[in-house]
Amino acid sequence: MAETAVKEKEPIIAFGKKERQLLTDPLNDNNPITVQVLGICSALAVTSLVYPAVVMAVAVTLVTAFSNLFTSMVRQYIPKSVRMIVQLVIIATLVTIVELLLKYFNYPIYKQLSVYIGLIITNCIVMGRLEAFAMANKPWRSFLDGIGNGLGYGAILIIVAIVREIFGKGSLFAGSPIELKIIGPTAEYLINTTQSTLFGWYSNNNLMVLPAAAMFIIGILIWIQRSYNSKLVDVS
Amino acid sequence: MDRNSSKYILIFILILTASVAVALTGLREVTKEKAAQNEDIFNKRAILSAVQNELPDGKKVADLSDAEVAAIFQNMEQPVLDMQGNIVEGEKAESIKMEQERKKPEADRELPLYIYDHNGEKFYILSVRGKGLWDEIWGTVALKSDLNTIAGVAFDHKGETPGLGAEIKDNPAFGRQFVGKKIYDNGNYVSVKARKGGAQNKEHEVDAISGATVTSDGVSEMLYRGIKYYEPYLNKIKQQGLLVQ
Repeated sequence: MAETAVKEKEPIIAFGKKERQLLTDPLNDNNPITVQVLGICSALAVTSLVYPAVVMAVAVTLVTAFSNLFTSMVRQYIPKSVRMIVQLVIIATLVTIVELLLKYFNYPIYKQLSVYIGLIITNCIVMGRLEAFAMANKPWRSFLDGIGNGLGYGAILIIVAIVREIFGKGSLFAGSPIELKIIGPTAEYLINTTQSTLFGWYSNNNLMVLPAAAMFIIGILIWIQRSYNSKLVDVS
Repeated sequence: MDRNSSKYILIFILILTASVAVALTGLREVTKEKAAQNEDIFNKRAILSAVQNELPDGKKVADLSDAEVAAIFQNMEQPVLDMQGNIVEGEKAESIKMEQERKKPEADRELPLYIYDHNGEKFYILSVRGKGLWDEIWGTVALKSDLNTIAGVAFDHKGETPGLGAEIKDNPAFGRQFVGKKIYDNGNYVSVKARKGGAQNKEHEVDAISGATVTSDGVSEMLYRGIKYYEPYLNKIKQQGLLVQ
């Protein structure tokens, strides 16, 4: 990351190499879940189905992005001794706004996710990024960092949820309008295990439904990631 | 001003909290009315899911528009019952909050009843509420006009585990099992039970959800106790029915 000294005034919204890195780094080299090991609790809790995981990923991305933006905007005025409280107020406000808007525009989704939405406040990624990045960087870059980390978190969440839902329930996107039934014992499923000679032995794995399964899957993901990404091995 | 002085911190925090409070209160005030309406319709849809096979024009609950849902409830008979089975005058079932009733001592509770009429056939929709594993569970049970056969059920929960206890709501197959089950066995009240390891009694048992024993037991308990509350009233209608015949 060789930075050239720029004397000219930087534009407020730029999209150079540095900015692209802010978006792509958290997807792999600096993933919030597999590398920073933040946000594990919600990754275990909301990944049994893909649909809630997707909405959670979107909500967390919005909250990290905007809390990063607002914190960075007022970072010079925040007194050191109460900075954590200020950050928490900003996060809680944004989460409450998300909740109110969901109630207004789509009540059924709000009902389905209300517990998870509240959980965003306690997601370590949000506060972790505020402390580590937004307090020391300009608003636009902080905003991108928030989006990048939200996406990095969401990517892992969705991968884990896809594995868990297929093997745990035999479906994909259950609860959403595009629900897919893949494998199961009735005619509604694409592969009907009671009729198929090839898959007659198959039944859903109940372990996949339990939060512990997410722990194993995340562990395997970390293993795979480190076995091809040599940068990470040097760090640890 | 020195950024670390107590005075600065105090003023900063006051301004921050005040502006946040104003913003959130404002947003809440603006969205309040629509949100309350949404909630009302959402609850009404939940009640109607108990009779989802008998809706007008063969529609599903999700196909009904908000206005249609409101209209069905306007035309429905909605008595409120006390624990002795008497109708409480001047109250409507839809204004009863089961959540609050559950906190009262049993003898003082009021029970909402929806009498849904579909092409001349009457369905009695009862509301039940109980405890799951983590928090409360609740639901509605529709009885056919024989006051014995279940026409449909709909369950919901506050915080059961997704994929396990939450299946009482998420998996339609669980609710479908209840259709056609009987709550009386030769005139004795037995209710319907979710049995671990698979139903054995065809008329009064359904399969419990594997991995969610506590929630399944909660459903059995909720149905047993919840439907029993309505018994005094159900017995009264039966007697009246006999007199008429």
